[in-house]
Amino acid sequence: MSLHKPSVWQVIRPHLAVFDGALSLIIFLILCVGIVTLYSAGIGLPGRVEDQLRNILIAFIVMWIAANISPQTLLRFAVPLYMLGVSLLVAVALFGVVKKGARRWINFGMVVQPSEMMKIAMPLMLAWYFQKCEGMLRWHVYLVALLLLALPAALIIRQPDLGTALLVLAAGVYVIFLAGLSWKAIVAAVIAVGASLPVIWNFLHDYQRQRIMMLIDPTSDPLGKGFHIIQSTIAVGSGGLTGKGWLKGTQAHLEFIPERTTDFIFAVFSEEFGMVGNVVLMTLYLLLVIRGLMIAANAPTLFTRLLAGSITMIFFTYAFVNMGMVSGILPVVGVPLPFMSYGGTALVTLGLGAGILMSIQRHRKLVQT
Amino acid sequence: MTEFKDIERELRLFRRRLFAVSALVLLCFGLLLSRFIWLQMVRYEAYAAKAEDNRISVVPIAPNRGLILDRNGVVLARNYSAYTLEITPSKIQVPLDELIDQLGTVVDIQLKDRRRFKKLLEESKQFESLPVRTRLTDDEVARFTAQRYRFPGVDIQARLFRQYPFGKTAAHAIGYIGRISQSDADKIDNTDDAANYNGTDYIGKAGLEKSYESQLHGTTGYEEVEITASGRAVRTLSHTPSVPGKNLILSIDIELQKVIEEAFGDRKGALIAIEPSTGDILAYVSMPSFDPNSFVDGIDQQSWDELNNSPDRPLVNRPLSGTYPPGSTYKPFMALGALELGKRRPEDAIVDHGFFMLGNHKFRDDKPDGHGIVNMFKSIVVSCDTYYYQLANDMGVDAIHDFMKPFGFGQLTGIDLENERRGLLPSTAWKHAAYSKPEQQKWYAGETISLGIGQGYNSFTPLQMAHALATLVNNGIVMKPHLVKLLEDGLTHQRTMIVPKESYRIPLKQENIDFVKSAMVGVNRPGGTGAAAFAGAGYVAGGKSGTAQVATIKQNEKYDAKHVAENLRDNALFTAFAPADHPTIALAVIVENGGWGASAAAPIARKALDYYLLKKRPGEVTKADAAKVDAVTVDPVTGNTSD
Repeated sequence: MSLHKPSVWQVIRPHLAVFDGALSLIIFLILCVGIVTLYSAGIGLPGRVEDQLRNILIAFIVMWIAANISPQTLLRFAVPLYMLGVSLLVAVALFGVVKKGARRWINFGMVVQPSEMMKIAMPLMLAWYFQKCEGMLRWHVYLVALLLLALPAALIIRQPDLGTALLVLAAGVYVIFLAGLSWKAIVAAVIAVGASLPVIWNFLHDYQRQRIMMLIDPTSDPLGKGFHIIQSTIAVGSGGLTGKGWLKGTQAHLEFIPERTTDFIFAVFSEEFGMVGNVVLMTLYLLLVIRGLMIAANAPTLFTRLLAGSITMIFFTYAFVNMGMVSGILPVVGVPLPFMSYGGTALVTLGLGAGILMSIQRHRKLVQT
Repeated sequence: MTEFKDIERELRLFRRRLFAVSALVLLCFGLLLSRFIWLQMVRYEAYAAKAEDNRISVVPIAPNRGLILDRNGVVLARNYSAYTLEITPSKIQVPLDELIDQLGTVVDIQLKDRRRFKKLLEESKQFESLPVRTRLTDDEVARFTAQRYRFPGVDIQARLFRQYPFGKTAAHAIGYIGRISQSDADKIDNTDDAANYNGTDYIGKAGLEKSYESQLHGTTGYEEVEITASGRAVRTLSHTPSVPGKNLILSIDIELQKVIEEAFGDRKGALIAIEPSTGDILAYVSMPSFDPNSFVDGIDQQSWDELNNSPDRPLVNRPLSGTYPPGSTYKPFMALGALELGKRRPEDAIVDHGFFMLGNHKFRDDKPDGHGIVNMFKSIVVSCDTYYYQLANDMGVDAIHDFMKPFGFGQLTGIDLENERRGLLPSTAWKHAAYSKPEQQKWYAGETISLGIGQGYNSFTPLQMAHALATLVNNGIVMKPHLVKLLEDGLTHQRTMIVPKESYRIPLKQENIDFVKSAMVGVNRPGGTGAAAFAGAGYVAGGKSGTAQVATIKQNEKYDAKHVAENLRDNALFTAFAPADHPTIALAVIVENGGWGASAAAPIARKALDYYLLKKRPGEVTKADAAKVDAVTVDPVTGNTSD
């Protein structure tokens, strides 16, 4: 028996065991929908599908690596990763590369966007912090957590990059909320923010107010940025119940939808597959969230619970903000649709998040005993 | 134990929080779902329509404008395709003058082009594409195309242009087209035809181009194309071809027209030649003329001012809107009236002492000593004024008016051109209505006298004079004068006659008509006023000369051409028809300030008849003929002929 040469399957199998079956299946299905949609959206833009398949492969490897890292190791990485992220953001603010009016990148021979890593580093740091303070969660602990969150968020807003700042903030807020911030404090915070809005409004320049009004009401600028949102709403609406059919979306193929392979890919999907397609896709995202929250519920430590819950809710936030933006109920911010939008960076971040979830799921018993 | 309890409590708290975020997830997805129901089910049709609107663009296909041909099929107005350099003012990024300067380095742009462009700009909307240069050479097209990227808002277009190969010839009849101005556009918008002008840049502005605009224009076709967001056409969904406009086949003989215009030379005036049996206008001459081609691309301000302010007034359509006293050419009609109303018999004669007295007012004859014994025949042949002073007095103004009216004097002829003027055929009723003070409203007997020799209040267009003569020689059968004979379908070449039938018939005695015609033939025979001009003609022509005063001459003054400023000199007139037994052409010619009708106007009539009847061009006129004509021209005052 021992001399028997093991088959390929026998060699690979233990390595595949790091993946969570349910989560993998759901992600795989969403990726399939994504590739099918991208094939249609990418007509006239050669190489998109091939590039995306390569991105998926890279994301898969990142996921596999992340799934193999134990939560204890992650815990050790939390602080250095956060420190590195914040230092890079400061470096960006000082010596960053300006593209399209925003200072988001820094050049180390290769151009990197540090705000992207904060999407994972932020919940990691806060989860570590709450783990550290476990059992003595007083109000000042939450205050420190808020400061830890506010520092990178402020740096990202300054770049300016509203979309990423929103996701980083959301990731932190989810951690703080799941850590058990009292409802009283939450209500107080909401009131405080609400009350300060008119004050902030008064301090804004006219052009800043205009920009915010544009976000709220795109029809005020029908030929500029509003054009995008009006056209994507038309695409969604004209899809009807069952859609125009694959490869038959006129809004998509006649270039009325901007960024149709990236941030607005949902408009293409919705036009071609209609309401039925939307329900299927939303169900897949809902299943993804349910599986993620189940993993969080079963996680052994506060750190893993908070991390899993936060990462899952980031997935949800990505999906909701993107679909809400494309269908015209949320302002336009640069948020991709998870596992659907074309683009390597977002896929790698998502793969990393999914890998961490899988690692937490696999290690649930090991620590508890 | 406590630690375990703490963990238990912590887990419970965490799970409650998980429920809270799950509720948030469901709420948000519920929100999305309701948004999808709203967009994709409730408002589906509106959004589907918007997507279709986005996708489909209707591109008009302008029809080819109908051609204009003369009665023998010679093309008078045609279309040709050429490249134009066009600027869309709303799309340019540098100041217009700077842009044209830059364009001038690539394509030849003259000062004239700039001026014309400025004028176009004032008349057009900002987003229209306007030509700054037309008729680019292949070389210029190639040069610009290579540098197009430097000039946003500038492009080359292939356009159909209108061309009038004969230039100034018959310009007043043919007219011209020009770019649709703001006021034209407003007019079009108020008609049912508004959609038909999508894609049309030009419209008839004058002449037949204007009056037959709806037939010439044709029906605009359209193409439904699928377009991208940037407006690029992807494919054609449907195609409705345009229907070209109808070709106009005119009654004009362009060769005859040319002969006449050459005969006029530098002189001002008008000539209308009509085929009496049909009302076909054979020649429609208004001198001086203008080149309609200069209007097609939009005329520049300076050239326009030159035309518009010229003392010779080349833009005035003289046959239609110039009104003149007919002078002695009116006499045959007076004679016919006298016969019809029983006021005179042909043989009734007067003794002409050179004047007619009404009360103590003396009406002079042109021949100071008078013509002696004059009967009706002689009165026409020698153009005796005294005979007609007395006749007018005997007939009275209202009888003259009632007799002349059916011939179309002072009436609209209904020709197929716009802006026809009525002129004036006086009557007591007219005078009563025209003036407000009682003493002005009254008709005085003295005012009737000069009516007899075609002066006084009489004022008719050359068209009316020719039309009246055509009616007379057509034995009183009135044919509406017209320039367009046939409409030809641009595709099938099927022709439709649009010539009107006889309008009405004036009840006249044939013997009276024949008498007047024979007297008019006498005019062109030895002893008559037209004898010199018609000597040696190879056909029998009737005629009547006329000289109409422009300035009033005092009672005992003598008119002296040498001492009168040119623009106050008499207008020379001549009416003619031939062949006398069965006339195929009747014409009226006026030479403004030309002096004696017999010497200034009759030779033009002769040349017209020579060409029309014998195909003999003026260059072929024998030397003997020319000498005789010249002899009369140099000595107009001493001639015994009075007209």
